[in-house]
Amino acid sequence: MSHIGSESNPLRVAIVGAGPAGFYTAEHLFKNRDLVIEIDMYDRLPTPFGLVRAGVAPDHQKIKSVTRVFTKTAENPRFRFFGNVEFGKHLKLADMQAHYHAIVFTTGAQTDRRLNIPGIDLKNSHAATEFVAWYNGHPDYRHLEFDLTQERVAVIGVGNVAVDVARILCRTPEELAQTDIADYALEALRHSRVKEVYMLGRRGPAQAAFTPPEVKELGELADADVYVPPEEAKLDPLSEASLADSADRGTMRKVEIVQSFAGRQPTGKSRRLVLRFLVSPVALIGDENGRVRAMRLVKNELYATEAGTLRPRPTDQYETLDVGLVFRSIGYRGVPLPDVPFNDQWGVILNEKGRVLDPETQQPIPGLYTAGWIKRGPSGVIGTNKPDALETVECLLADVKNGRLLTPANPDAGAILQLVQTRQPYYCTFADWQRLDEMEIRRGQEIGRPRLKFTSVEEMLKALGKM
Amino acid sequence: MKVSSILATKGTDIISIRPEQQIREAIQLLTRHNIGALVVVDENGRLAGIISERDIIRKAAETEALFSLPISAVMTRHVITGMPQDDLMSVANTMTERRFRHLPITDGERLVGMISIGDVLKAQRDKFRGEIDTLETQLMADDE
Repeated sequence: MSHIGSESNPLRVAIVGAGPAGFYTAEHLFKNRDLVIEIDMYDRLPTPFGLVRAGVAPDHQKIKSVTRVFTKTAENPRFRFFGNVEFGKHLKLADMQAHYHAIVFTTGAQTDRRLNIPGIDLKNSHAATEFVAWYNGHPDYRHLEFDLTQERVAVIGVGNVAVDVARILCRTPEELAQTDIADYALEALRHSRVKEVYMLGRRGPAQAAFTPPEVKELGELADADVYVPPEEAKLDPLSEASLADSADRGTMRKVEIVQSFAGRQPTGKSRRLVLRFLVSPVALIGDENGRVRAMRLVKNELYATEAGTLRPRPTDQYETLDVGLVFRSIGYRGVPLPDVPFNDQWGVILNEKGRVLDPETQQPIPGLYTAGWIKRGPSGVIGTNKPDALETVECLLADVKNGRLLTPANPDAGAILQLVQTRQPYYCTFADWQRLDEMEIRRGQEIGRPRLKFTSVEEMLKALGKM
Repeated sequence: MKVSSILATKGTDIISIRPEQQIREAIQLLTRHNIGALVVVDENGRLAGIISERDIIRKAAETEALFSLPISAVMTRHVITGMPQDDLMSVANTMTERRFRHLPITDGERLVGMISIGDVLKAQRDKFRGEIDTLETQLMADDE
């Protein structure tokens, strides 16, 4: 047989997970001019784009414009999308190994990191990621219910996800109606009685993970006043010294914005958003029905580690914050995939620079790769996955040269298509997605919204005439 | 970005050596794994020091008997360590300012990996590249 990557024997690659990391992997592979490469991308949802669709906040439409770049990749004639096909369920690792030279896992980080404090599993304590997936219309989360009759809410964390959750809770129905938020979420939030939202950061404003534009936006909400206790907005001497030392403009801007909130007087808006710093929840307190009624907080102080990071440590000062609803947003974590080695310590697929490793030998398993959050853990912005995917693709292409890929029994595009059709007759193609996309936009336009999402798989299949 | 995201793509093997082993073995390990330093661990797996190319060169300038010396005679004993939760930016700053190129990472008592200044620079470069790419994509969307 001719060499791998020729017209008669194309390099066949499966990508599992149709989010940014998956699309950047495909983009980098297609940039290679020496090899003929065919890519099949799988996703367990009928729709592509991962967290761009189900994670990026509905009032941040501009960030979602990156899907145009992904669509360009998908329009390559050597690219196929198989949506609604789940790895491990419809197709097992062995099935893929029999049909592809290489398999790249880009499934992201689907769950939240756990916060181990008493009461964390009380009713009305949720992972922020679930709330995000719910308001974005992710089919797996549409049935969740959040008790928006509560007036006081705490969001644990000060990253951009925490900011998203707090902002969505503070938006007016009119503001939300201009977004592509799921229709049921819009309806639920229309009746929200939330009055006060607290965002809680363990460290100070200089160490908060949110970025300047995100925090600035909190000061521009139509019907919510933002406030920071002045003593918590002020930098401690260690942070001040470290900031002066690094002269990092992004951090300086962030601190400036937070400090500008500290002086603000209430302007009579109906909601209030309070940013708190240097506090950690130590326990959630429940009522007689097992629902959150309050949160115990400890005041922190910062100390410098040997390596120069400023870390929080608890003092002996405590306070109680009355809240009836809690969202935990302290980071995402990857979920193991069936038959794929996992590194439990970091919550990622066990890998070196994107090559999946055998846990016994710590040597690469031929043909298995990973990119994105399931490779390095959750960090960075959407674009951070591009250099990350490049590193993986470079390893993969080096392995093509050295003959270290899989030798599939049946590397034929038709054969795997047949198998998919047998295992999951309701699979969706990229053309199917483009039809759904058009329908969603049209349905939205009819009611003056950018898009009205389909939020259940059944609804999508029906709209496509598959059911 | 945290130190843990660098460790996440480095497998779980930590290339280490014992204080009583010889320098020639250290050189072999450094060459085989194409790295610039080894962590030195005692019989209980606890961090005893670090031995770098630079430590070895320095000793080579002093004595011809270098190869058979024990690691303990050459290693740096006072080691600055990092934690998985350390911020990449502050680690980069500390490594540059204090002029060391390898940082063992510990989680409590346990050694969990080692990062080099090269790893840190690459992570920073990728972070910036990613941010630039995302901003460019949004600017292009504005144009349309």
